[in-house]
Amino acid sequence: MIEKIIKWSRLKSPWILHLNTGGCNACDIEILAALMPRFDVERVGILLKATPRHADVLICTGPITRQTKDRITRVYQQMPEPKFVIAVGACAMSGCVYRGSYNVLGGIDQLIPVDMYIPGCPVRPDAVIDGVVKLLTKLEKS
Amino acid sequence: MSITIPIGPQHPALKEPISLRMTIDGEVIKDADIRLGYNHRGVEKLFEGKTYIQNIYVAERICGICSHSHTTCYVNGVEKLSGLEIPKRAAYIRVLIAELERIHSHLLWLGVAGHEAGFDSFFMYTWRDREIVMDILEEISGNRVHYAINTIGGVRRDIDETQKTKILNHLKVLRERTQYYKNLGTNEPSFVARLSGVGKLSREDAIALCAVGPTLRASGVDMDVRKDDPYNCYEEIPFEVCTSDTCDVLGRTVVRINEVLQSYDIIEYVLKNLPAGDVRVKAPRKVPEGETVSRYEAPRGENIHYIKSNGTDKPERLKVRAPTLGNYPATVAMLKNGFIADIPLIFAAIDPCICCAERMAEIQDVKTGSTEIKTFDELKKYSKKFDKHTEHKKDVEWPL
Repeated sequence: MIEKIIKWSRLKSPWILHLNTGGCNACDIEILAALMPRFDVERVGILLKATPRHADVLICTGPITRQTKDRITRVYQQMPEPKFVIAVGACAMSGCVYRGSYNVLGGIDQLIPVDMYIPGCPVRPDAVIDGVVKLLTKLEKS
Repeated sequence: MSITIPIGPQHPALKEPISLRMTIDGEVIKDADIRLGYNHRGVEKLFEGKTYIQNIYVAERICGICSHSHTTCYVNGVEKLSGLEIPKRAAYIRVLIAELERIHSHLLWLGVAGHEAGFDSFFMYTWRDREIVMDILEEISGNRVHYAINTIGGVRRDIDETQKTKILNHLKVLRERTQYYKNLGTNEPSFVARLSGVGKLSREDAIALCAVGPTLRASGVDMDVRKDDPYNCYEEIPFEVCTSDTCDVLGRTVVRINEVLQSYDIIEYVLKNLPAGDVRVKAPRKVPEGETVSRYEAPRGENIHYIKSNGTDKPERLKVRAPTLGNYPATVAMLKNGFIADIPLIFAAIDPCICCAERMAEIQDVKTGSTEIKTFDELKKYSKKFDKHTEHKKDVEWPL
């Protein structure tokens, strides 16, 4: 019974944490735009949280840089179970134009497991919403 | 007794990774230390391995908010080196996109300033209107953030009459709303009380610490690259440089709102006086040997690109000085003797764009506190040495 309630609440109101791991800011403002009046994901219960300890879903933008590598692991470890990761944008998926640079280690999946990829350079706010919804449908079935 | 508070790299007040260390005494900040490098992607090194055309797309991805600033600055420099004269229509379209970018960036900033001051409805209002600008940009270029309109020798897309009327209609709405925000932002007593007197930066300090953009202009210094060293036909376009002499966050807000209003005038002028003709000329793949410096007034201030060519189709060296980097020393001065509660507001007031600024080659030894500036060759050697110790996933192939 309690498990049912937990699952229901997790699906109805996923709390997200946005982490820029070294991206160019474009995906970040598009994610913010998804929270703003036109798209307004807050009306469907998706809330942007300030700390990893409150979050269910980690949204990563940008490739992994040497400097952020340890910080991503730390933020990921601080999140309570069960946790999900969405890689937003071409950089978070594979490194995009920064591929091959001495300071870039590639996509997010090199370091932590990723549940959903949203392609685009940068992604559109509608694509972000679509990605989150698809992740939730995946959860519902599990 | 003083305490050091670390803020970041992941912090709710910051959208991008940066670490601030504040030494505080009670509520008062005694010293501030900004630590960079979380966003360092080695863009300058990447430039050297790619051709001039490919580099436009890398330059665009230095920053997502001022993407047009970096490409225009880069492309202007390359054109100067190869002695190309771009068609006037192309220069006008570049100005049009640049001003639209300034509007969207400033509206975004106004919202953030409202949010940091606890005025969230203002945040929502300005972001609602920012969507109109994004629509215009999408209409012209096909993308919301990375417009990719520039190419060496001109622009990639033309504007037709229907688009012109659409933009002018959108502008009417925007102008009306911005006028309302100007009244609101400068007359609403609680908002003004929160912003005035915060983050003081005197005129002398602003000049001495090399502040740029609206931060400098809010300290009463009349400096704008568009007026002082015009590029892309800015000398033909009538506009005013907005300044304020209050030297605080309120002044920076007023300067930005006035600049948005000026940008509307510029866009109207550009659309009404758009010259006929081609939008680009054919550019040679190779760029003759030489070096040049290109300046550009980005929404956040002066953007400088230094390009050195060795006669091939790839640049030998490309150095970028982004406006945010120029504003860091001034930020430390602004934070000193302020309150902890003002940190987000002061830091937001320079409109920090961390991804722009992260290409520094400064290495700080935390134990000894000594700072050394590495030359580029040293850094290259260091990066090669460092690369050997990196653990890559074994099945991953690096194509480049």
